[in-house]
Amino acid sequence: MIGTISRDEENKEVLMDLELESRSLFQDAKVRFLKNKAAVFSLVVVAVIVLMVLFGQSLSVYSYEDIDWDNMLVGPSFETGHYFGTDDLGRDIFVRTLQGGKISLMVGIMGALVAVFIGVIYGATAGFIGGRTDNIMMRFVDILASFPFMFFVILLVTFFGRNIGFIFVAIGMVSWLDIARIVRGQTLGLKEKEFIEAAHVSGTSNAKIVRKHIIPNVIGIVVVYATLLIPNMIIFESFLSFLGLGVQEPDTSWGALVNEGSKVMDIAFWQLIYPGLFLVVTLFCFNFVGDGLRDALDPKDR
Amino acid sequence: MLKFIIKRILVAIPTLLILISISFILVHSAPGSPFTDDRDISPAVMKNIEAKYHLDRPLYVQYVYYLKDVVTWDFGPSFKYKDFSINELVNASFGVSVKIGFWAFVLAMGIGVSCGIVGALNQNTKIDYAVMSFAMVGVAIPNFVLGPILVVLFAIYFKVLPAGGWNGGSIEYVILPVIAMSFRYIASIARIMRASMIEVLNSNFIRTAKAKGMANSYIILHHALRPSILPVVSYMGPAFVGIVTGSVVIETIFGLPGIGQLFVNGALNRDYNMVLTLTIIVGGLMILFNTIVDILYVVIDPKIKY
Repeated sequence: MIGTISRDEENKEVLMDLELESRSLFQDAKVRFLKNKAAVFSLVVVAVIVLMVLFGQSLSVYSYEDIDWDNMLVGPSFETGHYFGTDDLGRDIFVRTLQGGKISLMVGIMGALVAVFIGVIYGATAGFIGGRTDNIMMRFVDILASFPFMFFVILLVTFFGRNIGFIFVAIGMVSWLDIARIVRGQTLGLKEKEFIEAAHVSGTSNAKIVRKHIIPNVIGIVVVYATLLIPNMIIFESFLSFLGLGVQEPDTSWGALVNEGSKVMDIAFWQLIYPGLFLVVTLFCFNFVGDGLRDALDPKDR
Repeated sequence: MLKFIIKRILVAIPTLLILISISFILVHSAPGSPFTDDRDISPAVMKNIEAKYHLDRPLYVQYVYYLKDVVTWDFGPSFKYKDFSINELVNASFGVSVKIGFWAFVLAMGIGVSCGIVGALNQNTKIDYAVMSFAMVGVAIPNFVLGPILVVLFAIYFKVLPAGGWNGGSIEYVILPVIAMSFRYIASIARIMRASMIEVLNSNFIRTAKAKGMANSYIILHHALRPSILPVVSYMGPAFVGIVTGSVVIETIFGLPGIGQLFVNGALNRDYNMVLTLTIIVGGLMILFNTIVDILYVVIDPKIKY
């Protein structure tokens, strides 16, 4: 009796050892990600920028629409309270940069979400059904991929007016193609796995298999690509705002601020450099985080 | 091979048709007509105008008319520049965009590929790190930030190059726009080229070539270059699209009288016809270029045999 118990305990210990040795994919990925100094540092910078954008406006006494009649087009100074200076209308660049960041980040994240939503559903459906339907659906993606999208979005903006909500949707709509391709590729591989077969055998409906089994399994890689999508979305929005087709006054975004700054750069360099710096640093860090996540989650590069 | 090329060209045609159709539907579902004006136009005149542009016919008839216009390359009048036809405006500005875009593309390919090769050959040395940091920075700086910075540096601070304008396309007016336009693509291409070159250099057939005692330069030029340039070739499509799209911003920054400028002004002034035409022309160009790239890829790739 005693012998059996101790052997059970021994087994348990061995099992626990095994459990300690085998880490899940995500734990593994976490370790690898944390080892990547540049990616972790970038993540911290992104977090700081997000916090500043959310709460930093309370550090200044001005609001982003306020006009300071005494300090128009003055350089950065702590005495006036304009940390980044003011523009030609006397509006505080520090607060406007943060406000612009709010819009830019929001567009980036919302746009990426819309893209992920459409891309995952489309790609999973195409990959799961397969055959002719898959062929037609992916041909359609190929056709869309060779569209001049920036021109197309501008066409939309021209006809339906300049509306920030519309920009979210337009940007997301045109960016789901890569996600759809990736998800479709993953689904094709997953479809042949035993657990999907088991689900078929036990009579699970196709829609439910896609929802409950396929999508949760591809979500990891989708998150990585979504992170890499965010900087693209931000560039996209800034691009439109730079041309005056994005957000409209008095609201602003980093692209709009860079545009205003570039018009007065010979006399008020601070108006270009601060929003530009915020934009570039954010893009830089998102790229690093995305690359780090991809390296961490992609078993090929271990 | 010929079969593939014909098939690829046949795929491009429906793509072009869909592009034209979607653009057409968008334009016609937009609120208001281009002839809605503050001044009241008498119904008789309005009827004449509508008859002239076939606006009184059913939508599918208008569509056929529009297709005919596109095929015969007649895009009608501009709604903003009253005395010019779209054709005249496009013809006048096309050359400017082509010149800038061509040099930007050549620069991106030339410098990008050479930087990538240099980085790969000197892997993990100072030269490699320099190339890689340049690539990291270059990818993150959007052209609408780089453009103004270049102007401040070279036009205002050093005063060596003009801040903008075209001046018939003389060289000093072209340099800054071309750099601003191609910078990002130089960086991306360098990154892609370096990664694929390193992969190829570590493969077995290169080791065999080395073991046979071939000269290093011979190996790189005759064995490594062709397979490692393939990812760059497939990136040429997106790079071309990016450069063409970038022209919109670059031409605005530097005040160049090109297609991009025309497009932005059209969008800001709600010049429907202009925006529609340019979307179709640029879209057609992109589809054409993607087709060429796909064919080029098959020609270069040693693994695909017909």
